[in-house]
Amino acid sequence: MSGLQIVFLIVAVVTLFSGVMVVASRKMMHSALWLILTLLGVAILFATLQAGFFAIVQVLVYIGAISILIIFTLMLTRRVMDDEHPQVIKGWWLPAVMAVILFGLIAGFLATWEDFQVMLNELPADAENLAAFGSALVNPAGYVIPFEVASVLLLAALVGAIYIAVERKEKVG
Amino acid sequence: MLNDWLYVGVFALVSMFLPAAAISIAALLSPKKPNSIKNATYECGMEPVGPAWAQMKVQYYVFTLIFLVFDVEAVLLFPWAVAYKQLPLYAVVEAILFILILLGGLLYAWRKGALEWL
Repeated sequence: MSGLQIVFLIVAVVTLFSGVMVVASRKMMHSALWLILTLLGVAILFATLQAGFFAIVQVLVYIGAISILIIFTLMLTRRVMDDEHPQVIKGWWLPAVMAVILFGLIAGFLATWEDFQVMLNELPADAENLAAFGSALVNPAGYVIPFEVASVLLLAALVGAIYIAVERKEKVG
Repeated sequence: MLNDWLYVGVFALVSMFLPAAAISIAALLSPKKPNSIKNATYECGMEPVGPAWAQMKVQYYVFTLIFLVFDVEAVLLFPWAVAYKQLPLYAVVEAILFILILLGGLLYAWRKGALEWL
């Protein structure tokens, strides 16, 4: 077993465990903190796949901005730290069985793929070409429409949040 | 390339280990004689009044959302900036259009007073 596999196994176990804790924690603030650990695990998985840009983006955007946004959203709500309702619904075993069946189907289907047994290959140093990614983003034959639509999407999120948070408050108060 | 990430991993482990060691050694060695004053929430020497959980201002949310939007903008512009030298003129114009659309959002936020701390 190579060092990379050991790292992968540890990171995968930590990521899955913290992902379970996100939904299993009684306190929403704890869920948010567990979510940060889950996102960090995904960032490490990106790094082991030599997708350095996405690992950095994962830390910068998801851990640096989105989890802070989630925590501030929690701080806006009242009495989130004492949730007394039951965490488990009555028919919990039915989704559990269905999830296990679905996982078995997907894993069984993937196992028929001939490259399923191939171990992680280390890519050459120039395999991650950010310049090619950047020119594809603004290439009319590439992804320029999604690129510009992304800015419109961000604009909509910004304007919508400001409308709800700032303008409506003025009308109410 | 993968070995470069190993350095990051070692630094991350050390930076997690040091505070964990400080906290756990202190917890093991320190004598435990708690009383209600010692267990009170520390608040710069002031006596804490009321519950610790207070509703925060909505400005925190607005500021973080504006930060998130421009964070994502920076991430999307970064590959473009790496490829800047080999790009034709229209590609630069496209990126300027991208920035201008978001500048409209910033102007809206500014105009609506979302950047002011009330």
